Amino acid sequence: MKYIRDPKRIREVLGKKVQFILGDIACVYGGLLAGVSFFGGYPITPASEVAEGMARRLPRVGGVYIQMEDEIGSIAAVIGAAWGGAKSMTATSGPGFSLMMENYGFAVMTETPCVIVNVQRTGPSTGQPTLGAQGDMMQVRWGTHGDLEALAFAPSTVQECMDFTIEAFNLSEKYRNPACVMTDGEVGHLRERVVIPDEENLKIIDRRPATIDKKDFIPFTNSQTIKNCKVPDFPTFGTGYRTYVTGLTHNEKGFPATDKQPDHERLVRRITEKISDDADKLVMVEEMNLDDADIAFVTYGATARPAESAMEMARKNGMKVGLLRLKLVWPFPNKLITKLAKQVDKIIVPEMNLGQIVHPVTEFACKHCEVVSAPKIGGEMHLPMELYKYLEGK
Amino acid sequence: MVKIKTADELNKKFLREGMWPTIFCNGCGHGVVLEYTFWALEELGLDMDKVIFSSGIGCSSRLPGYINADGLHTTHGRAIAFATGIKAADPDFNVIVFTGDGDCAGIGGNHFIHAARRNIDMTVIMINNFIYGMTGGQLAPTAPLGSIATTAPYGNIEHPFDICNLACALGANYVARWGVSHPYQPIKSIKEGIQKKGFSLLEFLAPCPTAYGRRNKLGDIKKHWEWYDNNTILKEDLEKIMKYGSEQEKEQVKDKIPLGVFQDIQKPGFFEAYEQLVDRLKEKESKSIGGK
Repeated sequence: MKYIRDPKRIREVLGKKVQFILGDIACVYGGLLAGVSFFGGYPITPASEVAEGMARRLPRVGGVYIQMEDEIGSIAAVIGAAWGGAKSMTATSGPGFSLMMENYGFAVMTETPCVIVNVQRTGPSTGQPTLGAQGDMMQVRWGTHGDLEALAFAPSTVQECMDFTIEAFNLSEKYRNPACVMTDGEVGHLRERVVIPDEENLKIIDRRPATIDKKDFIPFTNSQTIKNCKVPDFPTFGTGYRTYVTGLTHNEKGFPATDKQPDHERLVRRITEKISDDADKLVMVEEMNLDDADIAFVTYGATARPAESAMEMARKNGMKVGLLRLKLVWPFPNKLITKLAKQVDKIIVPEMNLGQIVHPVTEFACKHCEVVSAPKIGGEMHLPMELYKYLEGK
Repeated sequence: MVKIKTADELNKKFLREGMWPTIFCNGCGHGVVLEYTFWALEELGLDMDKVIFSSGIGCSSRLPGYINADGLHTTHGRAIAFATGIKAADPDFNVIVFTGDGDCAGIGGNHFIHAARRNIDMTVIMINNFIYGMTGGQLAPTAPLGSIATTAPYGNIEHPFDICNLACALGANYVARWGVSHPYQPIKSIKEGIQKKGFSLLEFLAPCPTAYGRRNKLGDIKKHWEWYDNNTILKEDLEKIMKYGSEQEKEQVKDKIPLGVFQDIQKPGFFEAYEQLVDRLKEKESKSIGGK
């Protein structure tokens, strides 16, 4: 019963086109629409609803749900399933995300497409399990050892939980790199209206399979079917390419090259450049009132909501405030931030942590303007009034 | 199909070109287990495009690299969890895991326990050399009491892990332990393990002269290999002696490691059970639609 994506069946299982659902469940919907056929999960607040939603629906669309023994096993099974040909995903929160770090790096090194939903909660350690935070925004970029490029979305609404999960699959499949949906306990447990897209409006990207003659196939090099593409064609297990896939530094054939500097440099340059070369094309932001702005919020995820309210309050009071919302936080929109910093006097970066994304913002503002961190921790969102005070310079 | 008769022909068919030489030391037992596996696969006549290997970290986990087949060389201890996903993606796959005592019984213990409990359809070949060989001879969870390792310089005071016992307790469908100096029973056992639906464990006791034998004064390679013959006993012989033997005979065998097939049952494998669940759901749904 190998899975075949059946759009009609998926919509039968999802139900009505317009629904009022949790952010976590919207991630489930996004995964199912993208064609996920394997989910390996482990319960953790506030992400458990993703696993529950998958356990209920995956068997009905022909996919496999397994509750693994821990988050390390979950991401491992997800990567294994990807090599078996599945679109696969898992969902977790901070402690589980920390446990996944090693295999997240394995997915990067072996160029395995897969999706991790991280419904962030406060930390360090067990923190406040039921309360939201944005404390893993740097971990997703730098948390595993070695050099990599991250693909990380930050949904602000329940609709975006669904849309960005689909997009995460698309980028993951396109670049053969894990992609993360960095939602949080606030958006994950928020209930909002969502509209399930019709099949004709849905853009689904699948990994490009290896098709050339088996004896000529080279598994870990530029595509052999598309020119100048640093993403290799995918030799799905079982299709006869007999590929050896290792987390060790490997040469283009996939064989270990653990003592060879040029092989390591060639490999890691390619697997990072396949994403960083496209960074400008990948920018996904929402710009609000930036044309005439003197002050700009740069924000993402749940925090964009109070920031937007603060901006509206300020506009009513005649202050020229705009907002740049990062939908895809990594790769970071370097050039856009530099451009914005040249235009405004001040950038305020509200985050539900003690200051993470404020660092790349500061770096790429290149001292063209003042950059202010507006942190809030402890599992409560910023109040619009709190952010308004930052606008007043208080 | 012409049946293969010699080891050379066998290697030509199953070994991956371009990966030689191997990383293995003189006197290492891993190559023998690989050879046994090749014979078993040859005799089963499986489509090697559909036989997928997974492994973790350590000497044994390098084996899939030498096999002309799809192989996922994963992170330390996690091979079984990766293999679970591989099998989930395509029920036609025959999934074989190569792992070691440190990889499987140490860092990967929890994945092993739960894959065996779930009866996931895979064959786990755990090569037990009583030591962390690749990292230079640190203490393994299977190390005999009193044995010397770089991290147990005054002798091991921990009790060794009997992984076969554990697998039996978890209800794995097939559990066997063998050595590497007698080919016939192990090859038969690997065949049975691969053919078996659900979870199969094959433990192989394999010498590591470099990291274990040398440090534990087991002598040269030949003597080290003989240690295994002198310190193991067929499970059936052990049971007979412990039941009917004299006190002296019992004393002679009581510390020997039993070899043989410890469990051979037919519980439904995980994916068989999963398919039944899917069918049940379909039936329920068609009824409820029909009733409307």
